[in-house]
Amino acid sequence: MFDFSPFFDSFDEILQGFWATIRLAAAAAVLSLVIGTVLASFRVAPVPVLRAFGTGYVSIVRNTPLTLVLLMCSLGLNDILALKFSSNSSVTYYWWAVLGLSAYTGAFVCETLRSGINTVPLGQAEAARSIGLTFTQSLRTIILPQAFRAIIAPLGSVFIAMIKNTTVAAAASYAEVALVTKTIVDKPTFANGVIPLFLGVSVGFLILTLPTGYFFGWLAKRMAVAR
Amino acid sequence: MTDSEGGLDLTKGGPEDSIQESASSPDGRPLVVVENVNKHFGDLHVLKDINLTVNPGEVVVVIGPSGGGKSTLCRSINRLEPIDSGRILVDGKELPKEGKELARLRADVGMVFQSFNLFAHKTILENVTLGPVKVRKQGKEESRKYAMELLDRVGIANQAGKYPAQLSGGQQQRAAIARSLAMRPKVMLFDEPTSALDPEMVNEVLDVMTSLAREGMTMIVVTHEMGFARRAAQKVVFMADGQIVEENAPDAFFTNARTDRAKDFLSKILTH
Ligand SMILES: Nc1ncnc2c1ncn2[C@@H]1O[C@H](COP(=O)(O)OP(=O)(O)OP(=O)(O)O)[C@@H](O)[C@H]1O
Ligand SMILES: [Mg+2]
Repeated sequence: MFDFSPFFDSFDEILQGFWATIRLAAAAAVLSLVIGTVLASFRVAPVPVLRAFGTGYVSIVRNTPLTLVLLMCSLGLNDILALKFSSNSSVTYYWWAVLGLSAYTGAFVCETLRSGINTVPLGQAEAARSIGLTFTQSLRTIILPQAFRAIIAPLGSVFIAMIKNTTVAAAASYAEVALVTKTIVDKPTFANGVIPLFLGVSVGFLILTLPTGYFFGWLAKRMAVAR
Repeated sequence: MTDSEGGLDLTKGGPEDSIQESASSPDGRPLVVVENVNKHFGDLHVLKDINLTVNPGEVVVVIGPSGGGKSTLCRSINRLEPIDSGRILVDGKELPKEGKELARLRADVGMVFQSFNLFAHKTILENVTLGPVKVRKQGKEESRKYAMELLDRVGIANQAGKYPAQLSGGQQQRAAIARSLAMRPKVMLFDEPTSALDPEMVNEVLDVMTSLAREGMTMIVVTHEMGFARRAAQKVVFMADGQIVEENAPDAFFTNARTDRAKDFLSKILTH
């Protein structure tokens, strides 16, 4: 029962699966941060069309199951509409997974960032406007930098959730670690030891998520804005 | 109410004497004109047909009971608050509704807030150089040099590398004044610049403002500091219930107010 040899027998495959997970998570972290920042800027912009777009995007994407978002990317956009990033299908599926996961996580980053913007006192924006900064300038140099410092810890939670959500990328036919694990279990030669295998993979996830949490906690303390 | 002339020397010579270079319009036309301005907050009529003219180099003190519309008037002059009707001209130009043009003209109007509003994530020096670099597109080194001169003049050059939260209220307000001055504004607005300060810090800020006034800066100051009004202002404007009730020279206003509304107000602030 607690013989971990099935885990170590497939160690190379699992390691490769984790590597695929890390590549997906890292790219999605960057892209979702960009998407979330753009969306949050839209949501506070003085232009009604942009505000409406930001609000609409967040309410739709945030309330759609991630699996559906990813299936939409892989089956809908990739297979049916034949939008492809590359002739190599594994490269294409990777980018669809990145895009789907980022589009989804971006909505959460946006809402987190918006709560951060709300913590920045109104006087900061007024002072910025009074020295002649435009809306975009004051957002970029005064509001967002302070908002980001305020949301580092909650942003950590969003990223931890995102790392765990990479397992859903199997829906976009991307071979990250959960799909790899399932393939191993499905092999006819795999006799028993499912539980040790899953425990091993779970520990792998802890190794990814725990330091993420600690890192963001540490960063939050370091970057806090004194008022 | 103390009347001390402080130890801050803002009038010393040197290249920095250019504080006023843009403040005087050549033909003696008024620098700020407020014309029939009305403003509502919902049903509340906060500015009722306001007319006010401020000439270059003039210091106008706005005084009056809480809720009278003093802050709103101040904020509408650099369009932090939009107005419903009437016109506001700064140096002969009407402020545009929104956008880049507004931002550019706004840079000519300095504003000092009751709560300082220094950028919390930037050092004092960065606070002062930000506007010149981003708005005036001035070089970094040139901006830094002028910022240090200004910080020296307001007496906090040694705090340049600190963050706002590390400074006392009086120091923060002086930094905020330096931040405004760095834009070489044509006119400066002060909205109760000393009322958030501990009493012992009020004078260090008033001294800076008095020196500015002496150097010829055009200023509109909302304050209840009568000492400052008497020694620095040419005109006192008494505002109540959204109206300018009385306008007079400081001494005449404080010793011999014409309206009952003003007399009543003065008796209240003098006796507590
Ligand atoms: N953003 C706003 N929304 C609604 N009402 C407002 C707003 N700002 C100010 N008011 C109201 O407008 C009136 C005038 O306010 P204002 O701040 O201009 O007065 P003030 O003369 O500066 O008073 P104080 O001495 O208390 O600062 C007050 O009744 C105030 O409650
Ligand atoms: Mg006020």
